[in-house]
Amino acid sequence: MSKIIKIKKGLNIPIMGEAEKILNSAPRSATYGVCPPDFHGLTPKMLVKEGEKVKAGTPLFFDKYNEKIIFTSPVSGVFSDLVRGEKRRILKLVIQADDSDEYVDFGASDPDQLSRDEIINKLLQSGLWPSIRQRPYSIIANPDDKPKAIFVSAFNTAPLGADLDFIVNGQEREFQIGLNVLGKLTDGKVHLSVHNENNISSAFLNAKGVELHRFSGVHPAGNVGIQIHHIDPVDKGDIVWYAGLQHIIMIGRLFEQGIYDASRIVALAGPEILNPRYYRVITGAAITDIVSKNLRIDEDINHRFISGDVLSGTQVSENDYMRFYDDLVSVIPEGDKPEILGWIMPNFDKFSFSRSFPAFLMPWKKFRHNTNIRSGERPFVVTGLYEKVLPMDIMPMQLLKSIMINDIDMMEKLGIYEVAPEDFALCEYVCPSKIDIQDHIREGLDIIRSEFA
Amino acid sequence: MKALINLVEKVKPNFEKGGRLEKFHRTFEAFETFLYVKGDVTKSGAHIRDAMDMKRTMVHVIIALIPPLLFGIWNVGFQHYRATGEEVAFIDQVLFGLIHVLPIIIVSYASGLAVEFIFASARDHEVNEGFLVSGMLIPLVIPVTTPLWMVALATIFAVIIGKEVFGGTGMNILNPALLARAFLFFAYPSYLSGEVWIETTLQEGQQLVDGFSGATALAVQAAGEGNMPSDFDMFFGFIPGSIGETSTLAILLGAIVLIATGIGSLRIMASVFVGGIFMGLVFNLFAVNDFMALPAYKHLIMGGFAFGAVYMATDPVSASQTGAGKYIYGFLIGVITVLIRVVNPAYPEGMMLAILFMNVFAPLIDHYIVQANVKKRIKRMEKVRLQTQA
Repeated sequence: MSKIIKIKKGLNIPIMGEAEKILNSAPRSATYGVCPPDFHGLTPKMLVKEGEKVKAGTPLFFDKYNEKIIFTSPVSGVFSDLVRGEKRRILKLVIQADDSDEYVDFGASDPDQLSRDEIINKLLQSGLWPSIRQRPYSIIANPDDKPKAIFVSAFNTAPLGADLDFIVNGQEREFQIGLNVLGKLTDGKVHLSVHNENNISSAFLNAKGVELHRFSGVHPAGNVGIQIHHIDPVDKGDIVWYAGLQHIIMIGRLFEQGIYDASRIVALAGPEILNPRYYRVITGAAITDIVSKNLRIDEDINHRFISGDVLSGTQVSENDYMRFYDDLVSVIPEGDKPEILGWIMPNFDKFSFSRSFPAFLMPWKKFRHNTNIRSGERPFVVTGLYEKVLPMDIMPMQLLKSIMINDIDMMEKLGIYEVAPEDFALCEYVCPSKIDIQDHIREGLDIIRSEFA
Repeated sequence: MKALINLVEKVKPNFEKGGRLEKFHRTFEAFETFLYVKGDVTKSGAHIRDAMDMKRTMVHVIIALIPPLLFGIWNVGFQHYRATGEEVAFIDQVLFGLIHVLPIIIVSYASGLAVEFIFASARDHEVNEGFLVSGMLIPLVIPVTTPLWMVALATIFAVIIGKEVFGGTGMNILNPALLARAFLFFAYPSYLSGEVWIETTLQEGQQLVDGFSGATALAVQAAGEGNMPSDFDMFFGFIPGSIGETSTLAILLGAIVLIATGIGSLRIMASVFVGGIFMGLVFNLFAVNDFMALPAYKHLIMGGFAFGAVYMATDPVSASQTGAGKYIYGFLIGVITVLIRVVNPAYPEGMMLAILFMNVFAPLIDHYIVQANVKKRIKRMEKVRLQTQA
């Protein structure tokens, strides 16, 4: 029986519309999207032209600064449209899907029989390499590095987050193969973290070749960054890798069947969803096909669609696509209506981490959070608040200040290598000065990265 | 209500870029956001945000200030009629207090907010809510007899020199409200010490009762003569003093609001009280005079100790910003307050100077706390390095 790592700080935001554990099949989308901005810091170089036919696993583009890292199509069809944004930045590749998928054959093989280099090559070719990310910087791992350890979080604490114990159900074998693959990538350990109070799947409890860690506590305990901090923290010069559960399953399928099968289970959740459920889809599926007819229609209310969770997800439109790393679509109401004297009213329908709203008297209540920011940005005033939702031995306000004044030395000393924007999402949520903290953290990481690149 | 928003929306273009009243854009915005929470939505980062904002934070501090304010208003009347020996109804005492206290509050807010609005427009940033609290704190820490022009002058000084020169709310080193008081104390000492605590301007037919003394308990104790009020009077606040500082009970009610909502730092409040008691006890041990022998708990109910601990020391901007730092900061405020009171009888109210002093030292305390965190990380790194080498 391993020791339980207790996470005492943090917050589970009570938000309506948690997905029921019922698995539906979403209709196959007419188009699928691949979005290069999902991969922070990536400059894509195209490998296909519009109108070209692709299979599931056909390379679409590669990383300009690391040509080994290629990105492949999740489905078979015709690459039909390239969407560019400001400065001709590539935002989206649209693929007109065939009725059924044809796969590029990468060849099935037992990872135990392959060398580390062969495994890396297979992952790179299939386009699954980008699913392996690294700390520091929270970016795609560099295949030339050797990580000191690999981390896998097998539970989700983010608001409305998909239940990983439910998702792994029936895919235990693929998951274990995926873990075996990860095990070959590091000389160190593969750390698998579970939540002690969940109904832990046997896929995790009986996983081989890993060190199992039990956590307890609230969000952000499920963030891999928090787990790394408590298990084997990252210091200057260290590199650790991490991967998400569903990508590990895809890696398992790659080695078992020799194909890039990008199907995954996503949760559809949020206060604006009538019947929050789980859906089996393919990576890059159209949001509209997942959400279809399940939306609460209210004349006055606009919807915000988010690929990912409400704290760190990406804002998408209904005509957009699921993002690469996400297994959740959240739909919440926009808060674009003014509220008379809203800052002083009791506000029975609002939640706050502070006890200045009646919400704290109703711990059972779930709230219909909207996107209203409620105030303009202010300088730091309140102290000691971020610390309550950041379960790391890091001084959040001091780190943020060092980033704001571009003090690289201080950023390093205060532990910038250990953090990622998502770990600070709750700080941003509770901040009464409405400072965009995740942006600042990302900015700090970019500064450090460019300094040592 | 809808009509109101429509009206605001209708006049809004005048204040926007290119409008006739463009210069007053920030002033308009301040009133607009006061009237309603705008329909602005999140653009990056977390899609949902805590319902808490700076306005609500500040308003809760003001709510916490209501008990000492109300008590102070009544006490102004009560002290006045006690001095004249007249028996009047409760409502008359309150009315007298209102007549004398309200103008001070109005002047404080008007002069301070004017400065805030001017700076916000000049610097083109949103008007910060910080002064909502300072504007109420200033009247509560000065004697009711302070001339109104002096209130205005002190407020303007505090906002400009205490805050705006550093960049506005959130950037200041000293607590602006205390700075206003310190300014008055050093610029016009005769208005802030001696027989100033009770409004004793007499009207025809009124006279002071025999043996009247308007001295505060601290002054009595420092002088070593006069009538020391009872603990009961001091705790409930039936004593002369600055408008809001006399009633420890009312202040504790405010403290409950601050602690319950989590807005005031319990760490700071508690450690100020502990520091005061500690220093009081140390003096008791080595007592060579009456003041040193004063029971330690009395320091907490005399003068501005409780008010300073609950409302002034806890100002998050000028206090220590680190968790451990807050204990040190609060404790030293308590210690220094009692030290000044006892050792420097020329100026018996040590709270104001102790807090201002510790405001200046808070960044130093924080520096060492931050360094401790940094060192811990370096140590961890070295340990791992040694292990991998071994």
